[in-house]
Amino acid sequence: MRLLSSWIREFVDIPADDRQLAADLTMAGVAVDSVAVEQGQAVLEADVTTNRPDAMNHYGVAREASAIYDRDLKPYRASPVESARPALGVASVEIADPDLCARYSARVILGVKVGPSPEWMVKRLEAAGTRSINNVADVTNYLLLELGHPLHAFDLDLLAGRRIIVRRGRAGERMATLDGVVRELTAQNLVIADGERPVAIAGVMGGLDSGIRDQTTNVLLESAWFEPRSIRGTARRFGMHTDASHRFERGADLGITAAGADRAAELIREVAGGEVLCGLIDVFPAPRPRPALLLRQTELERILGERVPPERVEQILRRLGFRLAADGAGQWMVEPPSFRLDVEREIDVIEEVARLFGYQRFPTRLPQWSGVARRAPHWHAERALRETARALGYSQTISFTLIAPRQAEPFSLTDPVRLANPLSEEASVMRPSIVPGLLNAVEWNLNRGTRAVRLFEIGKVYAGASGRYEEPSILGLAATGPVQEGPLHAAPRDMDFFDLKGDVEAVLDLFQCGRLYFDANAGADYYHPGRAARAAMDGETVARFGQLHPRMAAERKWRQPVLIAELYLDRLFCHGLRRPKYEPVSRVPAVDRDFSLVVPDAVAWERIESAVGRLGIQELAAVHPVEILRGGPVAAGSYGLLLRTVFQRPGQTLSDTEVNEWSARLIAALQELGIALRA
Amino acid sequence: MKVEEQVRQTLEGLGVGDEAGVAGLFDGLRTQIERELAGLASADAGEQFRIRWLGRKQGLLTAANDNWLKPAPPALKRAVGRLLNEVKRQAEQSLEARRRELDAGSETARLAVQRLDVTLPGLRRPIGARHPVQIVIDEVQEIFLSMGYSVEEGPEIESDYYNFEALNMPREHPARDTQATLYVAGDYLLRTHTSPVQIRTMEKMQPPLRVIAPGRVYRRDNPDATHSFMFHQVEGFAVDTNITFCDLKGTLDYFFKRFYGEQVQTRFRPSFFPFTEPSAEVDISCIFCSGAGCRKCKQSGWIELFGAGMIDPALYGFVKYDERKYSGFAFGGGIDRLAMLRYGIEDIQLLFQGDLRFLQQFR
Repeated sequence: MRLLSSWIREFVDIPADDRQLAADLTMAGVAVDSVAVEQGQAVLEADVTTNRPDAMNHYGVAREASAIYDRDLKPYRASPVESARPALGVASVEIADPDLCARYSARVILGVKVGPSPEWMVKRLEAAGTRSINNVADVTNYLLLELGHPLHAFDLDLLAGRRIIVRRGRAGERMATLDGVVRELTAQNLVIADGERPVAIAGVMGGLDSGIRDQTTNVLLESAWFEPRSIRGTARRFGMHTDASHRFERGADLGITAAGADRAAELIREVAGGEVLCGLIDVFPAPRPRPALLLRQTELERILGERVPPERVEQILRRLGFRLAADGAGQWMVEPPSFRLDVEREIDVIEEVARLFGYQRFPTRLPQWSGVARRAPHWHAERALRETARALGYSQTISFTLIAPRQAEPFSLTDPVRLANPLSEEASVMRPSIVPGLLNAVEWNLNRGTRAVRLFEIGKVYAGASGRYEEPSILGLAATGPVQEGPLHAAPRDMDFFDLKGDVEAVLDLFQCGRLYFDANAGADYYHPGRAARAAMDGETVARFGQLHPRMAAERKWRQPVLIAELYLDRLFCHGLRRPKYEPVSRVPAVDRDFSLVVPDAVAWERIESAVGRLGIQELAAVHPVEILRGGPVAAGSYGLLLRTVFQRPGQTLSDTEVNEWSARLIAALQELGIALRA
Repeated sequence: MKVEEQVRQTLEGLGVGDEAGVAGLFDGLRTQIERELAGLASADAGEQFRIRWLGRKQGLLTAANDNWLKPAPPALKRAVGRLLNEVKRQAEQSLEARRRELDAGSETARLAVQRLDVTLPGLRRPIGARHPVQIVIDEVQEIFLSMGYSVEEGPEIESDYYNFEALNMPREHPARDTQATLYVAGDYLLRTHTSPVQIRTMEKMQPPLRVIAPGRVYRRDNPDATHSFMFHQVEGFAVDTNITFCDLKGTLDYFFKRFYGEQVQTRFRPSFFPFTEPSAEVDISCIFCSGAGCRKCKQSGWIELFGAGMIDPALYGFVKYDERKYSGFAFGGGIDRLAMLRYGIEDIQLLFQGDLRFLQQFR
């Protein structure tokens, strides 16, 4: 909102320059962003919060200034020069729906001459950011800027029967508004009608064929008060937002309609000539008294933490237009003014006192406290994940959780959560998977010449519908390109499946787990069918990972394989972080036995490992695959495997006989899998 | 006479008949031995020296033993034996020392070949970086944890009730306009702020409460350098029997001083939020120009950061707290913005691109 310093100063004597005024208004709640001098005028650019329609005009801001500087505010009054002819004999006003229109004040001016406004008015309007139209319309705009009350001027001769009836719209009624759009009316909309038809949508916009024209000579000026809720509903239904609706839906001043009409009539006579008929037409069927509020000094202190002297309390509130009655014992009955619909409770009055006393005058303190502070439930586990991922070389990324449906589609079996009013197709569904965001980030980096990419993200994915939504947490990893920088010190090598698997193992190793196993059932077709795995802890899937399907990589024109992993944190966190447990380190060296085996291709390592495990040999401390050979001396259909076993018994040496016996059992178990010792 | 010839003769043959003569003879040997040792240039030469002098059969000192000592007259025998042993021991020790010297020389040469250019860069194992938003979340949590605040969370797909209604924003409330909302379906939407966590927490817990709730929020804003439809906020609130506006001021003043430095001043300006009364905008003195006025603070010297206020008693009605007994404050602000100001990041979009050239700067 643009405020002219000179206009404000017409209503109050301000003992400060414009820059100081701007600073003081800001600290009282009218945020002034800038002060500029334009064509000799000081213009304040201010933001007024939505709860303060009373301050969205020059007189309202002058009232704030009067409270800030404790100076008198000029009363807003006008007594237009009237002719002898009574207005009521020329036009009539009736409010049919007083629940939606509490007051309708009107003035009738006959014999005006519509034309350009005088220069002073044009200048003032333009400085405040409003374009001049004609002298009559300009007066209503002038009133809006000065007083904040929206007025409407009708061409009296276009009102059938010279009547105004404020009523609800009727089904089937239509009218063209000033913007040229034809509106279908319903009983939801309050309208201004004449003797025959609606001529304006009350509080929002006037009609196309009842407004001021160049040839208009007789004017009916409307200055009314409409129910905010109704105006808001109508404006929204029609998708309209006007200066008038903006004020009315935030609550206009029921008490100012008469003064507003008088002032406007006077101005019209001044700038457009004509005869102001005698008497204000003021239909005010239902006065709305505002209940007085109790304000307690004790409550002021309880909320604000500091005593505000009672004489300051009274001074502030009186300057703001409140009426007060003190009981002498630290309590007041406070009657809020008609323009302060936002003040309804004691706490609202306390805010008025606080903001004009000055927030800066309250000291800073730290509250007393006893109790305990808890971190979020999985904070430790999440931190462990983040730190491990970082140690493994992955940088943390955060990607948009809103993505395009085509990006979501390959990664979800069910419909993703869709937005009803997305900004764009590109951000219209909630991500069902952590993968698309990671792939976007990989792409971003590859396209910018970063070949070695290792990223992790911890975030939610979204699923569900109609009130039953789930937001499970996922750890996603993405890796591609060289394992280490090279080739200065070491030959470069790209990340492969087993690099990623090692990283996944390192992460899973943070958690307690009875039995962890891996198999090839990744169960998602965006993975390479032969290079993806699933990890299960105690029988429950906790991770999937592997190489992105080459088809998907090719679609993105990637020339290097990309590896991804998804870890399901809600399941993983059920296991709890592993706690270190100490076991004595044996002083007796372990015994290694190597077996050179020929294994059929169909036998995966996992089967060998479990077969060996099932033997139940306590002293078998470890089984490692040391080397795998294919081709050469090894016949097709099988592979050579060098298997290393480590036997150990804490504190005791092992005899050859024992180790030989275990080796024999081991070989027998392997033979059952079709595995042979190499000749 | 050469040493080789001397040792082939007896003392008598050499014309030595008294102790002084014997001593002179051995002095000669010593001198000769030292000279030869000094001339040794390699390990091989050392071995040749050993054989020449100390060899069991052909050694010069062995010959001296045979030809000088054995036939020596009884009066000189003792002196000859002592001197011979002395010379022999000295020769052995000097040889050993000389050999060590020679070895050291050749090791130096060997290691010289293994020399590296230590000024070449090291082989760095990659270490991942923390996201700047994460750094800020962690730090905000630590600061508030130290003041007794627990951390609570809430869903991002939120109901209209928690996001608006229970925060004193009924349908048709004009304040809803200022929070461009992304709707999901029916009564569900993407939370526009972290304030719903306030209601959820108050619903399930009784005062005294001190809670912060960091998290993702959404607005229907077109993306640009300062706007993103997804960003992060932190909400904080305290409810107790003794909480005042002064406590709110002190708490945020402490927070901003911890986060941006002791020199930072805070300023509270009256504002409006439906869920607080009185409400305030919280500014900090510009961290770029210390309040003098610059481009970043639009010459005002202040940077607007948080919204705050005393919890509106209307909220207590929704969670069934006794508003006569309890009071509280609440505050909220953008985490991304805290991070952008801290690190001088000028475009919020950088936070969500995953660009390693950006991320790796936060190692």
